[in-house]
Amino acid sequence: MELITVPLTIEQPKSKVMNGSHSHNPHIVVENLNIYIQGNHILKDINMTIPDKSITCIIGPSGCGKTTLLRSLNRLHDDNVDVKITGKLFVDNEDIYAKGTEVTHIRKKMGLLAQRPCSLPMSIFDNVVYGPRIHGTRGRRKLYEIARHQLVAVGLWDEVKDRLKSPASTLSIGQQQRLCLARGLAVEPEIILGDEATSALDPISSKTIEELFVAIKDRYTVVLVTHTLRQAKRIADYVAFMYMGELVEFGTADQLFNHPKNQLTKEYISGGFS
Amino acid sequence: MSIKKLEEKIFKGLMIGSSMLIFGVLLYILYIIIKKGLPSLSWEMISQIPSGGFYLGKEGGILNAIMGSLYLIFFSVVISLLISVPVVMYLNFTLRKKSRFSAFARLTFDVLFGIPSIVYGAFGFTVMIFFGLQASLFGGIIAVSLLIIPVMIRSIDEVAVLIPVELIEATKSLGATNYETIKVIVRQLLPGISTAVLLSVGRGIGDGATVLFTAGYTDSIPTSLAQPTATLPLAIFFQLSSPIEEVQNRAYSAALILTVIILILSFSARYFSRRFSKNKI
Repeated sequence: MELITVPLTIEQPKSKVMNGSHSHNPHIVVENLNIYIQGNHILKDINMTIPDKSITCIIGPSGCGKTTLLRSLNRLHDDNVDVKITGKLFVDNEDIYAKGTEVTHIRKKMGLLAQRPCSLPMSIFDNVVYGPRIHGTRGRRKLYEIARHQLVAVGLWDEVKDRLKSPASTLSIGQQQRLCLARGLAVEPEIILGDEATSALDPISSKTIEELFVAIKDRYTVVLVTHTLRQAKRIADYVAFMYMGELVEFGTADQLFNHPKNQLTKEYISGGFS
Repeated sequence: MSIKKLEEKIFKGLMIGSSMLIFGVLLYILYIIIKKGLPSLSWEMISQIPSGGFYLGKEGGILNAIMGSLYLIFFSVVISLLISVPVVMYLNFTLRKKSRFSAFARLTFDVLFGIPSIVYGAFGFTVMIFFGLQASLFGGIIAVSLLIIPVMIRSIDEVAVLIPVELIEATKSLGATNYETIKVIVRQLLPGISTAVLLSVGRGIGDGATVLFTAGYTDSIPTSLAQPTATLPLAIFFQLSSPIEEVQNRAYSAALILTVIILILSFSARYFSRRFSKNKI
């Protein structure tokens, strides 16, 4: 299979209107990333550059390594002794797998949205300010402002402002996912990672989440793993297509969906296989 | 009536019948200890230690046994918690989900769970002799801890296996350290921990065999870990084996006191765990 190596200069998306003058700089750079899980070669020589302040969708059939790749960005494989990682991964020009890089510092830069929302066993308010609290923010007023700000940002404020003290588990799944996003945003990350973040949600909630991603992308680098091609078509600025642990094609959404270079990509996006 | 309907009726009857039976036994036990124990229950019983002629039916109380049992169970539960929670953490969150070692460890705890308490008592006694210790509060605490640690581990483990790995990832991806993640997990474990404490208090405080050799018996309230201590189950045992009827009746009031203590602990544990776990998922 022929692999496209992605040049470090990034082509601007053509079809999407990005607030005009803004240009995309590389934010996450993956170099020769290989991941082995229990001896199986899961990710093979991944090279890609994810631009900042845009939505990058990673698509591909089940088991192609999308989630493994996403999780490696956050070093979530750290605790798993079965996983061996070689290669380099730069975030803001800092190799996150280099010795001496502090993992909490890396993770603070990224918010992760899992497939199913996972609220912490505490109140709605405490959920949102959990991150700021563990990173040392103190003072009721300050924390309240953070909670209000982030809950407004995810459109949850009006729904929960009267019951900030009640357990987060009393919210609906869709609300919990937005709460998780608010919680992620509260640590002031630069990057939002979403691992099929809408797949467990009803259509309306998932639309809300999608709109949120679009709304925040001028401030954050959003990287999403998605199963639904239509979702990628709706919101992606850049798309990475993976197959069998390899990065087959990476490009702007327009380029990848309308003029795919690789035969496999062509087949996948036309529904040839899934 | 069709066979199916008959079957349904029989099994329904069986279920109701066995529930009633259990409930009936509970009521009967309560009836007996209240009927026999209440008349000899007095403020003296719970506020005084035995005086000279106590075992001949004269004045005095069993405060020594009440305090002894409370000391014993309190320290045992604390020690067991300090051991059990880390063990459960290790089994569930450090080891791989289906590692051989964790399966082996769980089997071991099941076996320990099933060992009769007199064996723990005898074992504790042997260890004490080996170290040249006398029957003491300390010895009793160790033996009771041995008895309830498997109970605790298994019941906390039941809840811990249900904790989704996403919870750990959610906290970690916010930049939490291991320590902070553990705090969140413990919070999630609280209902399990309170059930575990309840079960172990019930098993530990009511067990006479473990403390028979290890804690000994005395008429005074222990003032140090090295002193022997009386316990309620043994107070019941000794008084019940007395030929004097009045003393025998006191055994029932001791049983009543023990039951009430367990009930109070149960209800308060339930109440607090509900309050604490109101934010659980």
